Amino acid sequence: MNNMKLPPLNPKLFDADVEQAPIRKGFGEGLLQAGEENHQVVALCADLTESTQMHLFRNKFPERFVQMGIGEQSMASVASGMAALGKVPFFSSYAMFSPGRNWEQIRTTIAYNNVNAKIIGSHAGISVGPDGGTHQPLEDMGLMRMIPRMVVISPCDSIEARKATLAAAKYEGPVYIRLAREATPIVTTDETPFEIGVAQTFFEPKEGLGVTVGIVATGSLMHNALLAAKKLEGQGVGVRVLNIATIKPLDVDAIIALAKETGAIVSVEEHQIHGGMGSAIAEALSTSFPTKQVFVGVKDEFGQSGTPSELVEHYGMGVNSIVEACLQIHTQA
Amino acid sequence: MEHLHDEKIKALELRANDVRQTIIEMLIEAGSGHTAGPLGMADIFTLLYFHALRHDPLNPDWPDRDRLILSNGHICPVLYATMAHAGYFPVEECKTLRKFGSRLQGHPHREWLPGLETSSGPLGSGLSQAVGMALADRIDRGRQSNRFYYCLLGDGELNCGQIWEAAMLAGKEKIHNLIGIIDRNNIQIDGFTEDIMPLESLKDKWESFGWHVQEIDGHNMEAISNAINDAKAIFNKPSMIIAHTIPGKGVDFTERRFEWHGNPPGKGPGDVVTKDQQGIVALNELRTLRGLIKSEHE
Repeated sequence: MNNMKLPPLNPKLFDADVEQAPIRKGFGEGLLQAGEENHQVVALCADLTESTQMHLFRNKFPERFVQMGIGEQSMASVASGMAALGKVPFFSSYAMFSPGRNWEQIRTTIAYNNVNAKIIGSHAGISVGPDGGTHQPLEDMGLMRMIPRMVVISPCDSIEARKATLAAAKYEGPVYIRLAREATPIVTTDETPFEIGVAQTFFEPKEGLGVTVGIVATGSLMHNALLAAKKLEGQGVGVRVLNIATIKPLDVDAIIALAKETGAIVSVEEHQIHGGMGSAIAEALSTSFPTKQVFVGVKDEFGQSGTPSELVEHYGMGVNSIVEACLQIHTQA
Repeated sequence: MEHLHDEKIKALELRANDVRQTIIEMLIEAGSGHTAGPLGMADIFTLLYFHALRHDPLNPDWPDRDRLILSNGHICPVLYATMAHAGYFPVEECKTLRKFGSRLQGHPHREWLPGLETSSGPLGSGLSQAVGMALADRIDRGRQSNRFYYCLLGDGELNCGQIWEAAMLAGKEKIHNLIGIIDRNNIQIDGFTEDIMPLESLKDKWESFGWHVQEIDGHNMEAISNAINDAKAIFNKPSMIIAHTIPGKGVDFTERRFEWHGNPPGKGPGDVVTKDQQGIVALNELRTLRGLIKSEHE
């Protein structure tokens, strides 16, 4: 089934001068809008207000903003208390520290306690760059995905991050949103639909080329996945690219449909290959439609200092690595 | 809050004794759970639920209620027993503590039992939640809010760094309607608090974080009530009440011994009263007010 209808995407997607913006920027804009739409929205930050783009909200609603200092554990529980009184708290830090440092507080006082708090982990992934391995969270999606009730969202660009933030504000229950630091190519448009738990096809090979590999990508690597699919199209290999913005709940139907059509899945994420989106896909497929899968991601190791692109290339998540993964599984098939 | 006259004090003391009996009965039935902390805190919980708190057991979601956040969730037998006697649920249900399907989970779960403000057990996070509630309340009602947020803490859990993160925030925000009560019973699982990780001088610590601090006898109803009144009167500061309590209070052989922290009657140290007699002896002691009366019927 070729030429599935694609949602509206950035027409300059494949141009060299495609617009770029940090994914976290969309969060800042979305939070400001959510705050304007709902007076119950409040924000907490652990001494990283501009870094996490919360300053837009803070400047407009200072009385609804709590400066926590560098206290991520307390921040999660303070948010829980505010949610218990009917607020819709968003709390942000670097993902390394929240949800990295305060996992138990998130599990007990937010998820187990079932309150409506939103965890915003910025500077996620290897592309944090020169700060080095201490500051490159590659385990956060796994940490959050394991917790019952937790919704996990990994937006692919700043526009999707804005929509995800607005959707999280409307959703009743705990949500984790992971954001990348670096300027990331804009893939979607204001008109691209967004719904929690719904995957979308972002690339179809040209007419006449059968779809033999399915890429499932999330977050900041979406653009690389699309470039890889385009390149493979030129080599006569038909690839469909599925954007998984919501890691949990996973759009299992879309993944099974893709697996049934292609018989070969390549998962692409800026995360450890253990425990993240790739694992979630494998869990879903193994129980209903076992399918060969190649995992593109960080393979059980820590990062290091470098430029974001150096690191993405070095750890096997560049365009060529994704192309190779697709060819590998294509050949096997 | 109504005046605490002599008759009321006497009624509260009798009520606290009932609460202690229920605690022992539920622990015997459960066969596991904590003894020392619940018995030691029975007077404070009784005064809160039968005198100080603005609440309605028949309408646990009443929006204008005061909130009681139990941070050291493991002493929940005293919370459950007091709530039951206050009318939140039948006292008989206390005997389901820790059993499969019970609303009285081994550590409290907010969703399972109406009247619980949060779920707790992992130590150190309750104060942050109480601060969050008070901050949310301030956004809605400003600094004039007359709703109070009580956080009950163990002294052992003051080892947790998160407590001091919350202490800093509450001091910085000058939260007037936050009242912390520390169960200063000097024991934790491995021994005496000052051996495990010294807390003194505890009053100075809290004061240096910007809190109004009082030290009281946690078994004296009048002292507890006065301290709460003082805490309510202090403006522009959060209040901490360091309540000196006797762990295992009310039963001779459980008093002051850290070995009773995490054991129920029947499983505690058998050097004074043999394990098989611990439940009966404890109940008898409480029912006869330590032999002052021959039985509860006289």
